[in-house]
Amino acid sequence: MDNRNTRRQRFSRRDFLRTLLTGGVAFTGIAASETVFGTKRNFNNRQPAPKEHGESHSNFGTVGEVDYQANGFDPHEMLYDWDYGEISTLPTGQTLREYQIVAVDKEIEIAPGVYFPGWMYNGRIPGPSLRCTEGDRIRIEFVNASAHPHTIHFHGIHAASMDGVPGVGAGEIGTGESTVYEFDAAPFGCHLYHCHATPLKRHIHKGLYGAFIVDPDPKKYQGQKREVAKTRNHAYQENEQYNEMLMVMNGFDTNFDGGNEVYAVNSIAFGYMKKPIQIRANQKQRIYLINITEFDPINSIHIHANFFDYYDHGTTLEPTLKIVDTIMQCQAQRGIVEFSFEGFEPGKYMFHAHQSEFAELGWMGFFEVVDG
Amino acid sequence: MNSKKDTFGSRGSISIWISALIPLLAIALLITLFLLGDPLALFSNSLPPIEELTFERIRITDDGFEATLINGGPDPVTISQVLVDEAYWKFEIIPSGSISRLGRATLFIPYPWVEYEAHEIVVITPSGATFSEEVPLSTPSPSFGWREFAAYGLIGVYVGVVPVVLGMLWYPAMKAIDRKWLGAILALTVGLLVFLLIDTLLEAFEIAAELPGFFQGIPLTLFVALLTWLGLLALGERQRAGKRSSGTNPGLYLASMIALGIGLHNLGEGLAIGAAFASGEASLGSFLVIGFMLHNLTEGIGIAAPLLPGSRPDAQKHRRVGLSTFAWLALLAGAPAIIGAWFGGFAFSPIFATIFLGIGLGAIWQVIVEVFNLLRDYADHEDTPLFSVLNVIGFSVGILIMYLTAFLVKF
Repeated sequence: MDNRNTRRQRFSRRDFLRTLLTGGVAFTGIAASETVFGTKRNFNNRQPAPKEHGESHSNFGTVGEVDYQANGFDPHEMLYDWDYGEISTLPTGQTLREYQIVAVDKEIEIAPGVYFPGWMYNGRIPGPSLRCTEGDRIRIEFVNASAHPHTIHFHGIHAASMDGVPGVGAGEIGTGESTVYEFDAAPFGCHLYHCHATPLKRHIHKGLYGAFIVDPDPKKYQGQKREVAKTRNHAYQENEQYNEMLMVMNGFDTNFDGGNEVYAVNSIAFGYMKKPIQIRANQKQRIYLINITEFDPINSIHIHANFFDYYDHGTTLEPTLKIVDTIMQCQAQRGIVEFSFEGFEPGKYMFHAHQSEFAELGWMGFFEVVDG
Repeated sequence: MNSKKDTFGSRGSISIWISALIPLLAIALLITLFLLGDPLALFSNSLPPIEELTFERIRITDDGFEATLINGGPDPVTISQVLVDEAYWKFEIIPSGSISRLGRATLFIPYPWVEYEAHEIVVITPSGATFSEEVPLSTPSPSFGWREFAAYGLIGVYVGVVPVVLGMLWYPAMKAIDRKWLGAILALTVGLLVFLLIDTLLEAFEIAAELPGFFQGIPLTLFVALLTWLGLLALGERQRAGKRSSGTNPGLYLASMIALGIGLHNLGEGLAIGAAFASGEASLGSFLVIGFMLHNLTEGIGIAAPLLPGSRPDAQKHRRVGLSTFAWLALLAGAPAIIGAWFGGFAFSPIFATIFLGIGLGAIWQVIVEVFNLLRDYADHEDTPLFSVLNVIGFSVGILIMYLTAFLVKF
């Protein structure tokens, strides 16, 4: 009796075990599969996108504000901040424009709370926007107050000794040293200058570059071309019908891994998105656009809801591309973009690099078109 | 006489205290002088701060990502901006402000992530340094609910308890087998334990390597293993000393030790599986679980082996091993996988994972030593060579089974 009892007991235990191992496990297994693997199995049932994650648009972009005062420059002022130099007339009657450019090392805030140890001309990136008329004599006293040797190399026509490259003419200018670059401004167009000290890549991406705008001299052209030249020359009243802006497309490699963490026009990520550029609908718009972005082969601009004419290098009075809404530039390529928002509904019109990556890393902004 | 001794003694202890304090006071003084004098100013002139951030865990919610960061560097670190897939993105950080040394903070990033696709989160500090972590496969992280709790627990049951129980079901067959095979079965147990040792070691190192530097992950693993081993040695000595009087079954003791070692290893497996499911990495889903079941089947044999009558020459007489004993052993070896799966799924912490795997390492090592001793005693008793062909084959089969079944779970 005792024996049978134990045996029965053991049987029941085994039964229990068997139940657990077969039925129970199988049943609970199905439940588990549904809970844990369910999402994986329903691959065909997947929704087009996960649920609406609130206002996803407002979640994009940087957090906070850049302190322009601490930086010493404001990207909005930079748009219109042309440097005409100290003007005088040479005995020959030629206009002389004298500039002093000082290379310095300074930390600037390029995105809210992100600081870049830059090298720059006159304490700003991009450096001063030099503006003159073709045929002017340009004299630049270059002082190097940076801890590294630098040069200024101009894109323009000049003598070999004025080229601002290592080993030619004054060559690299050491710390505390200075030199004078002198040449006649030619040809007219939208140009740039930059440091050509080696290693070139680092000297450029650190911030040593700026705009060099040479306006055409209307006296040298006839008929329609003269009229166009007048609108391009800052000294003529015809120029005032244009809202002229300088945009230098640049990037910053904050962790020095050979790729940019920040892209922008005029250095500040989303600078023109947080505060749009106000433009009047009835005014013609002209952008002097320069690409100095390091590490990436090209950069580009796309203007929303509108089309523009493009003058590659700005060296012609006729557009080189008509009615386009996107153009691209390799490094040091530049040009003039002309458009108008006349007759458009007032509002915010976006412009950005049409490399989505650059756009989302800071090279994106708005024109805020206002009436009148 | 007595009182004199006491005074002398207390005076002696005071002077010991003072002399023990002198070096400490001296170093405090020197540190103060060093900090006041700042003799390293020459070196740190305008150096950017050293920043070191580690992503501990990224949770995926319906609203976006929740990323926990640890500051393992010497200075506080501020997060200036956050990028997701190379785009600046809004974020909130809690606690706000900079993350202190050894401190933690959680980033909340509202992001329209794409199901089953990869995303990369990058944080930028004021100096422009970047720290990044990949979300290899986006799927909502399990939120803590009963359904999820049960499901993850069940994964643990499958991976840990079920295969061990099934493996133990070979016990009657093992019992019926000819005595000469006993050595081979013990050798097989050693083989599978050696595999588990290596497997646990590599797993521990992998997780330890992801820890912030100050934890010293790899030394931590090894020292935890060493201390565990020493603890178990001491425990074993006590057991041996007490066994004659109390008359506990030494075979059962060893089986429990093996079960404990295997249990700690299974805890690691549970952690890995739970974390894999939580992060959506376990794209093989049920295949992975089935793989672990087959892989862990052999563990049951290992636990049951020392319980076999005759495996222990010194045993006076064999005691019957009840079902409840087997159940308790299976639980000891298998249940940690459940706990592991819960931790892995809901609160994966590399530091705890490293410590537990270190404990597992020490336990498995001790178990290998014990089973090896058992095998040697058996060989002496049976008057067969320790490294007999049969034993070597048993050992090899143990490793081979584990290696081949691991094909199902390693990818």
